[in-house]
Amino acid sequence: MTKQHKAVALISGGLDSMLAVRVLQEQGIEVEGINFFTGFCVEGHTHAIRNHDKDKQKRNNALWVAEQLGIKLHIVDVIEEYKDVLLNPKHGYGANMNPCLDCKIFMVGKAVEWVKKLHKDGFDFIVTGEVIGQRPMSQRKHTMPIISEESGADDILLRPLCAKNLPETKPEREGWVDREKLYDFHGRNRKPQIALAKQFGLHDFASPAGGCCFLTDKSYSDKLVDLWQARNSREYELDDIMLLKVGRHIRPTEEFKLIIARDAGESKFLEGYRKQYTSIHALSHSGPMALVDGELKQEQYPLAAAIVARFGQGRSADEVEIDIATPDQQRLQIKTAPLNAEEVLQEWYV
Amino acid sequence: MSRQELDARRLLCPMPVIKTQNQVAEMLPGDEIEVICTDPGALNDIPAWARINGHTVIETVQDEDEIRITVRVGA
Repeated sequence: MTKQHKAVALISGGLDSMLAVRVLQEQGIEVEGINFFTGFCVEGHTHAIRNHDKDKQKRNNALWVAEQLGIKLHIVDVIEEYKDVLLNPKHGYGANMNPCLDCKIFMVGKAVEWVKKLHKDGFDFIVTGEVIGQRPMSQRKHTMPIISEESGADDILLRPLCAKNLPETKPEREGWVDREKLYDFHGRNRKPQIALAKQFGLHDFASPAGGCCFLTDKSYSDKLVDLWQARNSREYELDDIMLLKVGRHIRPTEEFKLIIARDAGESKFLEGYRKQYTSIHALSHSGPMALVDGELKQEQYPLAAAIVARFGQGRSADEVEIDIATPDQQRLQIKTAPLNAEEVLQEWYV
Repeated sequence: MSRQELDARRLLCPMPVIKTQNQVAEMLPGDEIEVICTDPGALNDIPAWARINGHTVIETVQDEDEIRITVRVGA
């Protein structure tokens, strides 16, 4: 009896990794998925927070893809380890704060570690949905061998969607997979992937590669850099990077920033942080919940209150009563005139 | 058979799934785990995770603030 070969595939939740697995399943390879949570992943929870996205499916795409493929999925929390990838990328950043090449090396390396340490002999090789030329920084012809080498995967890393454009790997050489039945996709054109998806009968899939990480987003990266500059340190915790995904971020002074909810969903979400952050909301009118990041001195209370008043139903009122609560629930009420639109300066918006 | 509880309140998906997965890895088939969470994403994600990994959701209770999902560990 021939041995059943097993592979572990990096599953992002996008189409390419989904196709890569299907291609191998066609060849009788048993595949399990692995997905890494860095804290910067764009996922259903971001939609779940906001009201206007309530009708969107709140699914985790990686889990959904695994279910469509009929494979197990292991989700690994890499939040702590990922900090070093983000803060010290050997290969630098892309257009924003995205360390895509280091990220891919890290994730393939984690998959190698996972296979070797936890599942000795269980898995024969590692699979990714990478396509040469698909991503400007990480998926290029010259980066493919760098990823294989620096991750420690070497020739047990197979990219079924572009394998024909790359040197033979061990699974091909050993005849575990038929190289002829792999693909030679390249470039940013998505048509070959869409056609292959159709061929496999896959009609519902998440948007293209790159859309799964907040670090590729300019607005998010700007907020992250602002946070580091304001704190004079690049340390961060999960709550910090989660809060960058929510609300308007307004920094009227170097010392503090207001995170102001944009709807009731975000207000409810921010309320969950009231024991960690000073919070501000209107008592006399309905309005958003706001959190203070940084140090809000007593003399700055009126300014913070007047800004928060601006974003509630009392924005045209002569006076709005505002409640300011510290994390230990010391509370102070202030009556203030809301700032008018021009007084909330454009340069305050992070 | 043991029954355990997991407090995943305020965690956003996929963290409730990861915590559930890691705790279940230490449990035996037939054991039950009640996951208490606040992210509505868990209503989709924990059942999806359970289905693909051979576990069964045996009860889901949702009130205004919290969601309690009980999973029976599969073989």
